[in-house]
Amino acid sequence: MKLHIVIVEQDEARAKLVMESLHPLGHQVTVVSEVSGLARRVRDIAPDVVLIEMSNPSRDSLEEMALASDPMARPVAFFVDRTDRDLTQQAIEAGVSAYVVDGLQPERVASVMDAAIARFQMFRRMRTELETTRRALEERKLIDRAKGILMKARGIGEDEAYALLRRTAMDQGRKVADIAAALVTAAGLLS
Amino acid sequence: MNLTTLRVGFVPLLDMAPIVIAHEMGFAQAEGLELRLTRAPSWSSLRDMLLWGQVDAAQMLAPVPVAMALGLGGAVARLDILQVISINGDVIGVSQNIAKRLRHMGHDFGFSDARRARDDLIGAVDGPLRIGVPFPFSTHVELVSYWLRNTGITFELCTIPPPRMADALAAGEIDAFCVGEPWGSVAVELGAGVLLLPSRAIWAVAPEKVLAARHDWIEDNPALTGCLMRAIWRAAKWLSVPENRSIASDILSRSDYVNAPLDVVDRALRGEMVISAQGDLRRVPDMIRFFDGAASFPWRSQAAWFAAQMAARNGLDLGRSLEAAKAICRTDLYRENLRSAGADLPGASEKLEGALHHPTAVSSERGTMILPIDQFFDGKIFDPSAH
Repeated sequence: MKLHIVIVEQDEARAKLVMESLHPLGHQVTVVSEVSGLARRVRDIAPDVVLIEMSNPSRDSLEEMALASDPMARPVAFFVDRTDRDLTQQAIEAGVSAYVVDGLQPERVASVMDAAIARFQMFRRMRTELETTRRALEERKLIDRAKGILMKARGIGEDEAYALLRRTAMDQGRKVADIAAALVTAAGLLS
Repeated sequence: MNLTTLRVGFVPLLDMAPIVIAHEMGFAQAEGLELRLTRAPSWSSLRDMLLWGQVDAAQMLAPVPVAMALGLGGAVARLDILQVISINGDVIGVSQNIAKRLRHMGHDFGFSDARRARDDLIGAVDGPLRIGVPFPFSTHVELVSYWLRNTGITFELCTIPPPRMADALAAGEIDAFCVGEPWGSVAVELGAGVLLLPSRAIWAVAPEKVLAARHDWIEDNPALTGCLMRAIWRAAKWLSVPENRSIASDILSRSDYVNAPLDVVDRALRGEMVISAQGDLRRVPDMIRFFDGAASFPWRSQAAWFAAQMAARNGLDLGRSLEAAKAICRTDLYRENLRSAGADLPGASEKLEGALHHPTAVSSERGTMILPIDQFFDGKIFDPSAH
């Protein structure tokens, strides 16, 4: 039996990556990218499983479906209702939450969740790496500006300016970037 | 001093103030705690973070632990209510379209009479009313349902994250909302809607947010629980001093907390509500309350009121629901942990709700407790032991 899975994701590229991880399992996947009227949209599609990132503020809109008492609506159970605590813990750590139609076989859900969790873990890693890279770039820029200030103020060369920054950082037990930031701020105040 | 790190979760709203103040003004440090505050993107995420141990305690919609005690909405663990963080603080707003019709009918936007506002609203809408609320289990849902029941008005509650409420109203996704401040005022600021009532006009002492933690975590960490409760109680006391409000607004409006304009936060905290884009001002005493009138005491009767509403809507046994709700209110820990901090403690842990027509002195350990007006708009009295 093919499952119908809905992915709630505004970022097209990310949605595509999740889809690619679920297609090999032979399921039908629909992406919902619009957050307005989310609950109604999902209810109209009537999927077996809904995947949404935990950091998505519109997740609360899906909670009301989990409580739908309308006999025409498909009852949807929140994933933590499931007995598989390990899987739920992993899902929460990876930052993905799932809503699953009641009565669906646990093994079928487990394979979907495994694939989703792996993909969301990757997203999380990518985000951390991106953040690290961004910070490194900012630090580099700061250090370059601090070097410039030193070179101008003391009439020294680039290498010497950097050595001075390093030495000061070591003496004070601080990072070179911190010393550079302090210098740039101070220079801004004095100019 | 070595500080113990505690992770506390929050959703960006004015009523998180006691938690933020406990952290920023040193009340937590004085108890030996380093609070690591974690901002949650939604109530369901915060609930899950609490249930699965990613935070130790959290600001929580008062009805959420009650619903879980009743077995509603996927309960995997028991959450206890340690104390109430805030009383009141929500507003009901309507779209410009409905506001226009209300004005046309002669509604005065007096911002205090829930009965009149309701009757006029019935005349002003011709189809089903779509009302935005932040979560299926919330004070908002209970108050709106109580306010509009048996009126013949059909309404649909739509869950919308508070920071999106103004946009949803402007886009016509909803016709009205009930939301915690400052998000109602933000909707006015953006010209999306007009405020009709403060939530206190429906119930004068509706508990809004509570400090919640997992029952097993509390059992395993009795000393830490006490430290956290005292720090937050002292922060609430600090917030009750009018001179401290501008500092509080300054801190709360920051981008890592509520992330809303300073003047909007400040006005809501003072109860000076601008209800329309034309700048109509309404003063609301007790717009939001953190401390006075035993605000932080986790009255078993207040949780029981929520349980009674939920039981009626979901066809649950009333007696069992009331007992389950009362059991999670940790009045025992409140007494044990806050007595030493100087809290006055009421003689009883439950009371009639809605019976006080004026501020009333009640029996308490220090003999200084005066409870404020606690009326429901319809004058009904809720007896938590009658079923």
